[in-house]
Amino acid sequence: MAARDRHGPDAPWGEFQVVGKRHRKVDGMDKATGRALYADDLSLPGMLHAKTLRSPHAHARIRSIDTSKAAALKGVHAVLTGADLPVKYGVIPWTPDENALATDKVRFIGDEVAAVAAVDEDTANAALELIEVDYELLPARLTPEEALANPEPPIHEDGKRRDNVSKHVELEFGELAAGFEQADLVLEGDYRFHGTTHAAIEPHCALAQATPDGRLTLWSSTQITHYVHRELARVLELDPTRIRVVQPNLGGAFGGKSDPFSLEFIVAKLAMITGRPVKLLWTREEVFYAHRGRHPMQLRYRTGAKEDGRITAVDAEILIDGGSYSSFGLVTTYYSGQLLTGPYDFPAYRFDSTRVFTNKPPCGPKRGHGSVQPRFAFESQLDEVAAALSIDPFEIRRRNFQGGDTETVNGQRITSNGFAACLDQVEAASGWRDRRGQLPRGRGLGVAGSMYISGTNYPIYPNHMPQAGIQIKLDRSGLATVFTGGNDIGQGSSSVVAYLVAEELGMKPEDVRVVAADTDLCPVDLGAYSSRVTFMVGNAAIDAARKLRRQIVTAVAERWEVDEARVRLVGGAAVDLEDAERGIPTRDAFHIAEERFDTLGATGSYNTPHLGGHYRGGTIGASPAYSFTAHVAEVTVDEETGRIACDKVWIAHDCGRALNPMLVAGQMEGSAYMGVAEALMEEHAVNRFGLHQGPNLLDYRIPTAVDTPELQALIVESIDPEGPYGAKEAGEGPLHPAIPAIANAVYDAVGIRLRELPFTPAKVLKALAEQRAREAASC
Amino acid sequence: MRALTLEINGDEVRVAAPGHWTLLEVLRYSLGLTGSKQGCDKGDCGACTVLVDGQPVLSCLVPAALAEGKAITTIEGLAPAHRARGGAGADPVQEAFDACGALQCGFCQPGMMLSARALLDRDGRPDRETTRQALSGNLCRCTGYEQIYQAVEAAAVAEAGDAAPAGEAD
Repeated sequence: MAARDRHGPDAPWGEFQVVGKRHRKVDGMDKATGRALYADDLSLPGMLHAKTLRSPHAHARIRSIDTSKAAALKGVHAVLTGADLPVKYGVIPWTPDENALATDKVRFIGDEVAAVAAVDEDTANAALELIEVDYELLPARLTPEEALANPEPPIHEDGKRRDNVSKHVELEFGELAAGFEQADLVLEGDYRFHGTTHAAIEPHCALAQATPDGRLTLWSSTQITHYVHRELARVLELDPTRIRVVQPNLGGAFGGKSDPFSLEFIVAKLAMITGRPVKLLWTREEVFYAHRGRHPMQLRYRTGAKEDGRITAVDAEILIDGGSYSSFGLVTTYYSGQLLTGPYDFPAYRFDSTRVFTNKPPCGPKRGHGSVQPRFAFESQLDEVAAALSIDPFEIRRRNFQGGDTETVNGQRITSNGFAACLDQVEAASGWRDRRGQLPRGRGLGVAGSMYISGTNYPIYPNHMPQAGIQIKLDRSGLATVFTGGNDIGQGSSSVVAYLVAEELGMKPEDVRVVAADTDLCPVDLGAYSSRVTFMVGNAAIDAARKLRRQIVTAVAERWEVDEARVRLVGGAAVDLEDAERGIPTRDAFHIAEERFDTLGATGSYNTPHLGGHYRGGTIGASPAYSFTAHVAEVTVDEETGRIACDKVWIAHDCGRALNPMLVAGQMEGSAYMGVAEALMEEHAVNRFGLHQGPNLLDYRIPTAVDTPELQALIVESIDPEGPYGAKEAGEGPLHPAIPAIANAVYDAVGIRLRELPFTPAKVLKALAEQRAREAASC
Repeated sequence: MRALTLEINGDEVRVAAPGHWTLLEVLRYSLGLTGSKQGCDKGDCGACTVLVDGQPVLSCLVPAALAEGKAITTIEGLAPAHRARGGAGADPVQEAFDACGALQCGFCQPGMMLSARALLDRDGRPDRETTRQALSGNLCRCTGYEQIYQAVEAAAVAEAGDAAPAGEAD
């Protein structure tokens, strides 16, 4: 199968012409001038506006809903309740437990119970006030412990289990007991990771149009067009051929737009009922309720090490607060353990992770899905091991480095691995050797490392079709148009496709147009999640372009009556390597090829090789390639106020090959920023009634320019054997080490270990007081 | 409904809108100037920033009626104004944001670029700290701000006539 061809990391013509250089993005000027249209920028003639009524209770049974007064209000065109959309959905096919509108129960404050379509938002909001819901209140379980201890009534009553457990995974690899017996030092510690959310600046928005002949078009701010298409067909009980899903420009996602969301089903159903286009734009407050953010986790780690710092065994017990629905939770539970087995060699490893339903906004995938929390705990503990054994934090990481072309203890194949170079880069750039331990009290440096997947090896629904598909058409004008199902969510995936096609065909990137994420026009791609797009869509793009290159070279060589090896496509022209006088523009080469082969077009695809451990769950966490990162953070701790200032983060990231180093640096800096924010500022939490403690961008404190540390991106290129020209991911991996690097820097600064996030001034002051008490006691 | 006369991007525009609508709503939903974005609708994020008499203003907090008699510049107005002054391409701020990778999702950037425009209009060569302060009312969730600073610095250099925006491929 062509999809499994390995293109190899080398340049198609010996030397890269496009790849590896800075280029503008294909959509840059549209975004710079305000022309780029996002979902809420679209409007259609006769469009209605929808709003939804949300539950004021964290857990309640719905006895009845009376929508008659709302329906009678002038300007209201339709009212929906759960009975209108009874089919349950969910991104993971094994755990469909969501309804667009509650059918029987509400499970958190903000859960949706009814929707209205009206002539304008004011009328829709007025109609919501007229809906009467009779609730039978149920006890709200707001922590995993509470939910486990009080399983009746369960939050989900029709699931397989009635104990509020969403997913439990326990896996053991190697000889754990023996590993701890061999250890000269065993450290144990408890860590807490809080809830955080994506807070993309664009709120979710969807617009639907239904035609009388039964066709439905949905424009939605989604990062997974294909899965939305599938779930729409299922929930609306429509033939998928009647549905078109289009992702307009997307104003940030970070995982927060990778579930099918209620508003998509609601506008579709309302459009079908009313025969008019319907739009629903969530308020910022509603985006906080939709959530799907980082799972709070309570993590207990035990690490055994030899005197020389070599790890002998790692044991983890993790309690995961899932919130009210499954979302990606099955995967999250596996990822909480499966993704920790690099960049260090674990001879023995066990994790026992339990995800529990609670009556809070549902958690889901946020940048670095499921693995940011364990990474914080483990990298903090590794720092403690280094301190206990008097080993430099860099040295202990080097001694445990697993290397490349190896297999992890849980059976994952590691190919390229640039982690050692990442360590070297941040050590040198931060001046670690001269500065660590030399800074005045209150200032410190900390290091941490991490690993992340470049795409997940298996699709969310089992199938053997390609993970990514591409179609290219070549125009007589000299233009190449590429059709990709890949979702450009701002990370630049459409631009990456353009660079790769331009490279293969010797064109300028600006002569490549990209049409993306439109299910009527584009071959299927599974979407922008798990850092899969550059790797998978990139390989598919090369696959398609290479077929066209062959045709063009063959046709031109025939016309010139020369050997094919003499023909090269370069810089917008076809040239003869042995005759400098002979050269034609790409456009003319296209004409010659079209005369020879007929209309020029090609498809390309990519699918992953068979990978993963031979055990239940062994494929979860398997990836065709892994990225590696190391950070050094520099902090200043104010011992009067307890405030931690992160002054600078040095970020070294192994992205395989930097297809456009400017975009790679942007991903690295944006990731590190988001990690720093989680460490020091942001917290997504509810009060004792289950009410969100501040669903707005002032109380949920995302960093401004003034709050953000200086960020320095140091790109490491390990050149992956299977990535597109050797590339791997850069969008999620570089978040991970920021948080433990800050924790470790705080230890260097003032000698306290912060094991509970976020690192607020109150926690710092408490830890400093405990430190003083310990010191006083030991005098 | 209320009849309004607004000066937008150099044109006098007459428009009817509900009396309680903000300037942002009138721009987006009455006039189709959707380049100004709504991220929070309560003055927290800065995505709706426009220039009013040259000063950055949160258009989601301004009742449209209070914008009458003032010169409003939206993102759509920057490039045409630059061309009217005899410039080529887009405004140097827009060119630099594009050239420096500052536009990831791009959603916050119309507001960000207008804040940057106002900054450069009052300080042709701002240092990094001045830029940080000037842009601190515009939240960006993608970039970590580094490439935005680089863009502002590149725009300043370009406007001083020293060079083309930094970081071009060729």
